Amino acid sequence: MKKKTETIPSSEITPKDLYLSRRKFLKAAGLLAGGAVLAACAPQLVQPPAGTDTPQANTSTPKPVITPFSRATSDELGDPLNSYKDITNYNNYYEFTTDKAGVAVLAKDFPTSPWDVQVTGLVHRPRTYSVDELIRKFAPEERVYRLRCVEAWSMVIPWLGFPLWKLLKEVEPTGNARYVRFETIYQPEKMPGQRIPLYPWPYQEGLRLDEAMHDLTILATGLYGGELPPQNGGGIRLVVPWKYGFKSIKAIVKIELTAEQPATLWSSVAPDEYGFYANVNPRVDHPRWSQRTERRIGEFGRRDTLLFNGYAEQVAQLYEGMDLRLYY
Amino acid sequence: MSNLPSTPPLPTRAERAVKIKTGWLRPGIHLIGVFPLLQLAAFWFNDRLTANPIQWIEQHFGRVALNLLVASLAVTPVVTLSGWKGLLPHRRTLGLYSFFYFALHFLTFAALDYGLDWREILRLTVEKPFIIAGALAGGILLVLAFTSFQYWKKRLGKNWRRLHKAAYLAGGLAVLHYAWAVKGSLATLSGDILRPLGMGLLVILLLLLRLPPIRRRAASWRHVMKR
Repeated sequence: MKKKTETIPSSEITPKDLYLSRRKFLKAAGLLAGGAVLAACAPQLVQPPAGTDTPQANTSTPKPVITPFSRATSDELGDPLNSYKDITNYNNYYEFTTDKAGVAVLAKDFPTSPWDVQVTGLVHRPRTYSVDELIRKFAPEERVYRLRCVEAWSMVIPWLGFPLWKLLKEVEPTGNARYVRFETIYQPEKMPGQRIPLYPWPYQEGLRLDEAMHDLTILATGLYGGELPPQNGGGIRLVVPWKYGFKSIKAIVKIELTAEQPATLWSSVAPDEYGFYANVNPRVDHPRWSQRTERRIGEFGRRDTLLFNGYAEQVAQLYEGMDLRLYY
Repeated sequence: MSNLPSTPPLPTRAERAVKIKTGWLRPGIHLIGVFPLLQLAAFWFNDRLTANPIQWIEQHFGRVALNLLVASLAVTPVVTLSGWKGLLPHRRTLGLYSFFYFALHFLTFAALDYGLDWREILRLTVEKPFIIAGALAGGILLVLAFTSFQYWKKRLGKNWRRLHKAAYLAGGLAVLHYAWAVKGSLATLSGDILRPLGMGLLVILLLLLRLPPIRRRAASWRHVMKR
């Protein structure tokens, strides 16, 4: 049941463009096969905005209609997606409750639309965007990412989102900007967990500017071809797949470019346990529990945790020369 | 430990004893002990074990073991405060149930969670203070359960009572294990620490109520109230 430890990055075997077209083919195949169940899995299938057609895969099979919202069946390592039910009913979202199965219930009526995000700080063009506008402007695409929680469980999730760099490019960070700070909405009347004074609410997180500009870093506005449910961080959330899940802040209302490294909620709670970087790393334990292995939701046995959650090929160069034990 | 330590300046036994019909007490205690298993079965059949059932089961057994341990620690102080001596014989039952759920908690951890990978289990136990604390608490419960029989009570004499005071140590270690397992920090008093903190304060309170000066005061207070 245990998976092999070292996975050869697919980019080493297959040229990227070929690999991408194969993925499109797989997506298309999945779409054909799964067409019947798709409606059931994705209750609110979003219509693709006009002018976002993707080129067709170069195959001899009949060409299905591929939209940016088509659905994969596995991640690039071949592991299957977690079910919509699991993804939307097992959430770490302390703004509602610490009970992971209880978040969906409490967040049921949390309004996620309309939703505004203020982009401010060290930028030339500060602005407030509505999520609708962001979706029109940046045409969310499907990104199948592994999510590794610091509690040593993981999922494979098909997000809909767009790279954060697109938004940052548009607001033009000034030369002094070195970090990006994110802030969650503060609405204690709707988020019962925020009434518990044991946390420095609102939730805040941060990235170094180069991490924020990395193409893997996305702002997600959807899930499984549909809307982003409130329990998963709707109206809009960050997804940084090579870091522990708590870095991927939910329900963002403010994005601020800063010169100094921003404080983050968990590093304020326990500074020696939750660092600013929080990169997934099986060799650097959380001081209280091990990070060597994880349980993939839906699997019985544990599997080995991969360096940078399996994205080392893409992101390791961001941390060249850094002692990852020191910058945990 | 079925006999209450005598409290010198107090009225006679007859005066102190509170008489309550206790025919329902024994089945009631066993119901409390078995209820968590029924709850697990109900959750199982209603598909409520969450997307991560192994973790749910593991944490369920752990919580129950701690709850029952605290319940057994509460028996003596409750008797002191209320005079309801009929409760005393059930302290052992509650303690044994606590051990039973600790055993299930450990088995879930070792077998379901870590697939009996003893090398990894040993490595974790040695490396991680929170697991050491849990293992020590469990070890104490094992010894106490083993020596809870009449045979050992007679054989150990005065030392038996001393030994069984370690139940408080087990309680403290279990609370520490719990507090270290959640995302939060006792140092900054923040995070998900409400329940571990509450259990810790409860154990401390129960321990204080056993200290002779406080116990005597509590008992005489009850006596005054009765008048």
